[in-house]
Amino acid sequence: MNMSTRRIRAIVRKELREYRRNGSVVLAMAIIPLIFVIQPLVVVFALPASASNDLAHEHLLLYMLGIPALVPAVSAGYAVVGERQQGTLEPVLTTPVRREEFLLGKALASLFPSTGVAYAVYAAFLACVGLFAHPAVAAALLRWPQILAQVLFTPLLAAWSIWICLGISARSSDVRVAQQLGMLASLPGVVVTSLIAFNAIPVTLGLAVGLAAALLLLDGLGWRAMSATFNRERLVTGTR
Amino acid sequence: MHSHDGGKGTGPALVVHGLSKRFGDRVAFENVSFEINCGEVFGFLGPNGAGKTTTVRTLGTLIAPTSGTAMVAGFPLAHENGMEIRRRISIMPESPGLYLRLSVAENLECFADLYEVPDPGDRIDRALRAVKLTDRAQDSCGSLSKGLRQRVALARALLSDPQVLFLDEPTAGLDPVAIRDVHELIDELRQRGVTIFLTTHRLEEAERLCDRVAILNTTLRTIGRPDELRDQLFAKTLAVKTIVPLRDPDRVFTGLPAVDGFREDGTAGYVLTVTDSAVAAPALTRALVAAGADVLSISESHRSLEDVYLELVESDEEAGRR
Repeated sequence: MNMSTRRIRAIVRKELREYRRNGSVVLAMAIIPLIFVIQPLVVVFALPASASNDLAHEHLLLYMLGIPALVPAVSAGYAVVGERQQGTLEPVLTTPVRREEFLLGKALASLFPSTGVAYAVYAAFLACVGLFAHPAVAAALLRWPQILAQVLFTPLLAAWSIWICLGISARSSDVRVAQQLGMLASLPGVVVTSLIAFNAIPVTLGLAVGLAAALLLLDGLGWRAMSATFNRERLVTGTR
Repeated sequence: MHSHDGGKGTGPALVVHGLSKRFGDRVAFENVSFEINCGEVFGFLGPNGAGKTTTVRTLGTLIAPTSGTAMVAGFPLAHENGMEIRRRISIMPESPGLYLRLSVAENLECFADLYEVPDPGDRIDRALRAVKLTDRAQDSCGSLSKGLRQRVALARALLSDPQVLFLDEPTAGLDPVAIRDVHELIDELRQRGVTIFLTTHRLEEAERLCDRVAILNTTLRTIGRPDELRDQLFAKTLAVKTIVPLRDPDRVFTGLPAVDGFREDGTAGYVLTVTDSAVAAPALTRALVAAGADVLSISESHRSLEDVYLELVESDEEAGRR
C-alpha cells in the first residue's frame, strides 16, 4: 500500500491549525499537565536534604508520564467526533484519502502537541528542581536513567493513548463524552507508571526494555486495528 | 469493455443498474437504474427521505450498496475502486462542512493536498475566481455568511477538476442573488463539459439547469427531459376563451384536425385536448372565426415540472394511504 505523505501532511497541518485556534482544546492541554507538576514541585521544594537518600531509591519523575498518557485524550478524543459534529467529516471522506492516511494524520497531529507539552513541562520541572530545590534533593531526583526513560516513554505512551482515544472518538456522538472516556481508558497507563514511580513495581533495565517493546508493538497494532475497523459508512450515516 | 479513463465526452459518466440500499429493515432507495452521459446536467428530484442523499453517498463510495451495480467515472462501484472513483469525482454536500476556524484559503489548501492536485496555489486561485471569492481568501470561514460558505464549498468541489460533480441541494437556504450566482456557475461548468449530478428540491432550478431529471421516491418514479415528462404525464391542451359563450361548441370543435375532445371551463372557456398544437391551433382559429365567435384568447397550456413532480409524489402518497 502506497501512502501519500502529502495527504498525511495535509491532515496534520489542518488539525494543528484547528487545535491552535480552539480555546477549549488549548486550555485543557494546559490544565492537565499543571495537575501533574504543581503538587510534585511543592513537595520537592519542601523536602529537606535528609530526604535525598530515600529519593535516590525512588523514581518520582516517572509519575509525570501521566502527562503523555492523559493529554492526548483532549485532542484525539475530539479528532473524529469533533469533525462529525461540525459536518466536516463527510467532505474529507469523499476525497481520495485512505483511512490509514486519515488516521495516521490525526494521530500525528495529536502526538506532536501532546509530546511537546509533556517534554516542555518536564523540562520546566527539571529546571525548577535544579534551581530551587535543595541541591541534595535535586541531585537525588535528576538522574539520567529516569530522564532517558521519560524521553523514551513519553511518545510511546502518548501514541498508545491516542489510538485508544481515536477509537473512542470514532464511536462517540459527543466530543466531551469521547474526551472523558478517552481519559478513563488511558488511566491504566497512568496507574502502571505511578506504581513504578512509587516503587510498587521494581524497575529493572529488562522491565524498561520489555515495556518499551510492548508499547511499540501496541502502538503499531493500534494503528492497524483502528484502520481495519474504520468504517466510512458508519461515520457518515451514524448507523451502528 | 468499459473505459477506465472516464474521460469527458467518451461514453456515460455514470451507469446505475438496479441499485438498492437498505439500513436494516428501512429501505433508503430501491432498484434504481439510470445512465448519465458525460457533460450532462442531471437533476435528481424527490421529497424529503426519498433517498437522494443516500444515492449520492452510495455513488460517492461513502456507503456500500445493498445490491445492484454502478459505474462511476468509468470504474465499477466497488470497495477496491473507492480511491480511484473518489479521485475523479467531487461531492458538495448539502451542509458546506467547512473548517470554521480556518481561513478560506486554508480550507482549500487542505483539500488541494488531499486530492494531490498539481500546482495547488494556481488551482485555489482559479477555484476562488470561479466563485468570485478571491478577495475573501484570508477571511475565516466562521465569519462568512451562509451564502458565502456555500460558495467556498463549491470552490472546494471544483479544486480537483472533477469528471463528475455531485451537488446536493447547492442552493438550499441561499438568497436569490446567491442562487443566481450558483446557477451561472453550473452553466459555466456545463459549458466546460463537467458532468453534474444535481439533487434539488427547487423544481424551477431543475427545469432551468438540467438536461434530464429523475424523480425518486425510494424507487425511481420517472426519468427524462422535463418537456418529455410533461408530455408523458399530461395531455397537451389548448385553452380557448371567448367574450360570450359559444352557441354550439360541439359543432365548432368536433372534427377539427388533431383535436381529441373538449370540455367547458367556466362560462366562456373551453379546454381542448390535442395531439399536436401546431396542427390544431390554426384549424381551431379558423373554426372559431367561421362560427362568428368573439375570441379573447387561444393559448397552449403549460404544465411545469412542478406539476409533474406533484402528480407523481401525490399519487405515491395516495397509494401509501390506501
